[in-house]
Amino acid sequence: MTLSVQSVWLIPALPLLAAAIGALTPRGGRKLAAGCAIAAMSVAFVLSCLALNGALVNPAQHAVFNFVWFDLGHRTVDLGLLLDPLTALMLVMVTFVGTLIFIFSLGYMKEDANFTRFFCFLSLFAAAMLGLLVANSLLLLFVCWELVGLASYLLIGFWFHKPSAAAAAKKAFITTRIGDLGFLLGMLWLYNSTQTLLFYDGGHGCLETGVLAGLTGSTVAGGLALSTAIGLLIFCGAVGKSGQFPLHVWLPDAMEGPTPVSALIHAATMVAAGVFLIARVYPLMAADQLLEHVPVHALTVVAFIGAITALLGAVIAVAQNDIKRILAFSTVSQLGYMMLALGVGAPAAAIFHLLTHAFFKALLFLGAGSVIHAAHHEQDIRRLGGLRLRMRVTFAAFTAGMLALAGFPFVFSGFWSKEGILHAAHEWDVSQLPLYMGLTAVVLTAFYMTRLMAEVFFGHGRSHEAEHAHENPAVMTVPLVLLAICAVVLGFLGTPAWPWLQSVLTGKAIEPHSIFEGGGLMLLSIILVGAGLGLGWAVYGRRLRQKAEAADPLQTAMPGVFAALADRLGFDEFYAATVFRLNAYAAALADFLDRRVWGGLVSFLGSLGEFAGLVNRSVDEDGLNGGFDSFSEGVRGTGQRYSRLQTGEVHGYLRTLAIGFVVLVLIVVLGGVR
Amino acid sequence: MNLLLSAIIFVPWAGALLLLLLKNAGARTTRGLALLFSLSTLVLGLLSLGSFEPARAGLQLVENRDWISSLHVHYHLGLDGLSLLLVLLTGIVGPAALAAGSGNVRDHRLYAALFLLLQGAALGVFLAQDFFLWFVFWELSLVPAYFLIRLWGGPDATRAAYQFVIYTIGGSAFMLLGFAAIYAAVGTLDFVELAQLGAAGTLAKALGGLATFVFVGVFLGLAVKVPLFPFHTWLPAAYAEAPTGASMFLTGVMSKMGVYGFLRILWPLFPAQLHAAAPCLIWLALAGVVFGAFAAMKQTDLKRMVAYSSVNHVSYCLLALFAVSASALGAGAPASPSALSGALLQMFNHGLSAAALFFCVGILETRSGGQRGLNDFGGVRTAAPVFAGLCGIALFSSLGLPGLNGFVGEFLIFRGVFGLAPAVGALATLGLLATAIFLLTFYQRVFHGPTTARTAGFRDLTAGELASLAPLIGLMFLFGVLPQILAGLFNPLVTAWTTLP
Repeated sequence: MTLSVQSVWLIPALPLLAAAIGALTPRGGRKLAAGCAIAAMSVAFVLSCLALNGALVNPAQHAVFNFVWFDLGHRTVDLGLLLDPLTALMLVMVTFVGTLIFIFSLGYMKEDANFTRFFCFLSLFAAAMLGLLVANSLLLLFVCWELVGLASYLLIGFWFHKPSAAAAAKKAFITTRIGDLGFLLGMLWLYNSTQTLLFYDGGHGCLETGVLAGLTGSTVAGGLALSTAIGLLIFCGAVGKSGQFPLHVWLPDAMEGPTPVSALIHAATMVAAGVFLIARVYPLMAADQLLEHVPVHALTVVAFIGAITALLGAVIAVAQNDIKRILAFSTVSQLGYMMLALGVGAPAAAIFHLLTHAFFKALLFLGAGSVIHAAHHEQDIRRLGGLRLRMRVTFAAFTAGMLALAGFPFVFSGFWSKEGILHAAHEWDVSQLPLYMGLTAVVLTAFYMTRLMAEVFFGHGRSHEAEHAHENPAVMTVPLVLLAICAVVLGFLGTPAWPWLQSVLTGKAIEPHSIFEGGGLMLLSIILVGAGLGLGWAVYGRRLRQKAEAADPLQTAMPGVFAALADRLGFDEFYAATVFRLNAYAAALADFLDRRVWGGLVSFLGSLGEFAGLVNRSVDEDGLNGGFDSFSEGVRGTGQRYSRLQTGEVHGYLRTLAIGFVVLVLIVVLGGVR
Repeated sequence: MNLLLSAIIFVPWAGALLLLLLKNAGARTTRGLALLFSLSTLVLGLLSLGSFEPARAGLQLVENRDWISSLHVHYHLGLDGLSLLLVLLTGIVGPAALAAGSGNVRDHRLYAALFLLLQGAALGVFLAQDFFLWFVFWELSLVPAYFLIRLWGGPDATRAAYQFVIYTIGGSAFMLLGFAAIYAAVGTLDFVELAQLGAAGTLAKALGGLATFVFVGVFLGLAVKVPLFPFHTWLPAAYAEAPTGASMFLTGVMSKMGVYGFLRILWPLFPAQLHAAAPCLIWLALAGVVFGAFAAMKQTDLKRMVAYSSVNHVSYCLLALFAVSASALGAGAPASPSALSGALLQMFNHGLSAAALFFCVGILETRSGGQRGLNDFGGVRTAAPVFAGLCGIALFSSLGLPGLNGFVGEFLIFRGVFGLAPAVGALATLGLLATAIFLLTFYQRVFHGPTTARTAGFRDLTAGELASLAPLIGLMFLFGVLPQILAGLFNPLVTAWTTLP
C-alpha cells in the first residue's frame, strides 16, 4: 500500500484537526484533547510509512501536486505538495518521534492545569512541521516555517506566568524572525527572478535545471552569482531557525519550555528544519559550484558557519550546569555538524545525521525530562547525582543516547552519521579547517557528556529532591526504551557497507564500500572519542562531586576560561550592548521626531490650512454657486458652532445639528434629481 | 433603475434620523435598532455581491442621474472590486465597532446616531463617482467623527478632535481648489470621464501650467487623510483619545478613505505627475513604514501604540502604489499586479486586525477603570484566557503571521515593491521586525508574567464582547487561508489596471 502525493495533505491535516479540537475543548476535557492529539499523530505516522513506501518505488522521482492558491493579474499564485524520499523519511521521523513524545507528555504534564492547551499547541506544531515537509513551494514552506515558529513561541512561553519563560519566548520569536527577514528577501528575489516559487513544476520549478541556469548566468553586486546571493539570503532563515552562529542565542533560553517541548521542537524536529530547508533547496545552493571566478560559493559559507557552530556549541556546553542547557548547546553543536555536511557537498550525510540525531537527542531530552520530573524540577546537575540506582531504566536509556551522541564506535547510530560528515569534510577541496574544527568538537562532545553522566547518575544525591527521586511510570519509560533502540539500530541504515539511506536520498545506487575504507580518519575519530570519554571520566568520574556547592574541577583549574564559557562567551551581553541598544535608540529617535519635529511642521501646515480654508470659502462664493453654497454653509456652520459647544445645551443642539445635516443633504440630493 | 447603492449609503442615515426622532425609546430598543441599521451595510453589500459580476473590471450597479445640471454635476454611484471590498469592510467593522461601545456609553442614542451618520458618509465616499458628490461625503464624514471624539473621548479629546478636523479640512481645502481648477479646465467632475482624460494626457494639457499645483493640492488632501508621513501627527492623538468604537471605525474604515482616494482619483487622473513625484513619495511611505513601527515601540500608551502601528500598516499600501507608479514600466511591470493586489488586500486586512486590536485595548481600559499603559497590567492571560487567546490572534494577524489574513497582503506588497524598487523593499523589512518587537512586547507585558492586584479579578469576555470580536477573528483565519475569496472580487480590476493598452 502506498499514499499518493495527492493525499499527502492528510498527514499535516490530521494534527491540525486535533489542534482545532484541542483549542475548542474546555480545560476539563483532558482525555479528549490528548486522545485526539495522540490518535492523529499515530495515524499520521501510519500514513507517513505508506508515503515512504510509495516514495521508495522510484527514489529519483519528485512526485508533485500543484494547485492555484489565488489569482494575481494574468497569473496565479500556486502552491504544491511534494513527495520524494527526503520528505517521506522526514515525515516518518517526525511522526514517530512526535507520537512517542506526545505519549511521554501524558505523564510529564499530568499535573499541569493547562494540559489540554498543551496538547493543542503540540498538535499545532506537528501540523505546521509536517506541512513544512510536504511543501512543494518555497512560499508554502515559509508559511509553515513561520507557523512552527509560532508554535515554538507558544510552547516556550507555556508557563507564561514565569517572566523568564515569557521573555525567552519573545527572544526566540524575534531572533528567528531576524533570520527570517533574510529568508523573505531571498524568497522575494527568487520569485522576482524566476516568476515561480514552486520547487518542481515539470521543468519550470525554481529548483530545476533550466531555471537555475538563468540564476547562475547573471551576477549581482560584488560579482556574486545571483543564485549565490539568493541562496545565502535563504540560508539566513536556516541560521535563525537552526540556532547557527551568530543567531544561536535563543536556543538555550528556549529550554524554559516544558521538557517534552525541548525534546520535540528544540532538539528533534523544528531546529532541524533549517537543515531540511537547505537540503530541500540544495540544487539552488549548489548551482554556483560550476562557476569558477566568483568571490565565494554559497555552500562555502554554509560549511564554515556550520563548523564554527559545531565547535562553539561544544565549547560552551562544557561549562553549563543546567542539564537542559548542556543538551541545548549540544544541539547547537550537532546542528552545526549537519550544516557542515551540507556545506561540503554531502546533503545525504547531513540528513542521515539529522535523522539519527533526532532520535538520540529526543531520547536524551526525554531522559532529562524523566530525571527532572522525578527530582521535582531540579535541573542543576550539581544538585542531582546518584540517580543510576534509583532510575535504572532512565539511566540505561540515557546512556545509550549519550554514547550515540558522543559517537561511540560501531554500535551506536551517532558514530556512523558523524563519520559520514567527517569523511565528507575530509574530501572537501576548499579547506580542511572545518574538518579540524569538527574533530575538536568530537573530543569536547564526549567530554561534556561524560561530565553530565558523572554528575547526574553517579555519586550520591546532593539535594533532597535527588535523594528522593524514583523511577517514572511506564508511560514515560516506554518511549525512552523505544527511542534507545532506535538510537542504536538506525545507524545501520547508512553504514558504508550498506549505504541504503544515501542511495535513497540521492536517487542513485551507491556501491557499498568496505567499512574500513578511509580507515585512518575513522581510527582518528575513534581515538578522539576515547580521549574525550577518558578525559571526562578522569576529571569528573574518578573524584565524584561531594557537595552541590563545591567548585567544578575545571573552574578551579581555569577560572577565567570557565567563567567566560559559563557566561556563554558573552554573546547575549554583546547583543544587548549593540543591537538592542541601537534598536532602542532608533525607537527613541522616531518618537522624538514625531513629538517635536513633525509636530512643528504640521502645526505650520495647519496654519497654512486655515489660510486655505479662507481661500476655499471665497472660491466657493465667488467661483461657484448653487449646491456648493448650501454645502459650504454646512461646513462653515460647524466651525461657528464649535464655540457655542462650551455654553451647554449640547445635546439639544447636537440633535438639531444632526437632523439638520440629514435633512439638508436629503433636500440637496432629492432637489437635484430632475 | 437599481437603487441598491443608494440604499447602502442612505439606510444608515435613515437609521440615524430614526434614532434621533425616537426620544422615548428604551436603551435596549435603540441599541438593537442601531445595530440593525449598521448591519444593513453588510446585508446590502452581500446582496450587491449577488448581482456583481466579478469577471468585469468596470463599474457596476451604476446609478447616474443629473443632479445640478447647471454645474454638470451628477448623482453618480458605482461599484467595482475596489469599492465592493471597502463596502464589505465597512459592513464588517461598522457593526463590530458600534457594538463595542454600546455597553458603557452615555447617551447611547446620540452616539449611535452620529456613528450611523459616519458610517453612511464613509460608504458614500467609497461609492460616489462624481467629485462633487464624493466631496460632500468626504467632508460630511468629519462632522460625526469630530463629535464622537469630542464628546465621548478621553481627557485630551477636545484638542485631539479639533486637530483632527482642522488638519483634514486643511488638506481638503487644497483638494477642493484643485478640483475647482479641473472643473474650470474640462467642465466635468465625473471620475470616469476624468480618468479617461487623465489616461490620454488631455487633463494635464487642459490644465496647462496649473497641472502641477492641482496635483499637489489633491495629493495634500489625500495624504493628510491616509495619513502619509509626515502628515500623520494628528493621528496618534485622535485615535488615542477617541472612544473605543470610534477608534475602531477610524482606523478600520476611515483610514482607507485616503488610500481609496489615491487609487480612485490621484493615480488615474494624474498618472504622469504621480510618476514624476513617486520616486520621492516612495521614501515618505517608507518613512511611514519604518518610523511608524519604531515610534510604536517607544509608546507606553497601548492605544497610541496601536495607532502608530496603523501608520505603519497603512503606509504599506502607499508604498506599493508609489512603487508601481515610480517604475519605468508603470503598471505594466511584472511585479505590479502583486503590489496592487497586495495594497488592496492590506486595506481590508488592516481594517480587520487594527479594529480588533483597538477593541482589545478598549476591553483592557474598561476592565481596569481607564488604565491602558503598557506596564499597567500583567498576567491577564491567567485571569482571562479566552480574551488573551483572541487578542493574541489579532496581534499575530497584525504582525503578518502566515495563516492569518495580514500575511498575504504584506507578502504581495513586498513581492511587488521588491520587484519594482529593490532597495526600498529591503529597507521596509525593518518595519516587519520592529512590528514583531512591539506587538510581542505588548503581549508579554500585558498578558504574561504573574497576575497583579489589578488583573487578578480580570473578567473574561462577556457573551456580547465575544460576539463583537469572534467574527473579526474568524475572518482573519478565513482570509488568511483562502485569500481567493477577496482576490476573486478585485483581480479583474487589477488585471485591467496592469494591462497596458
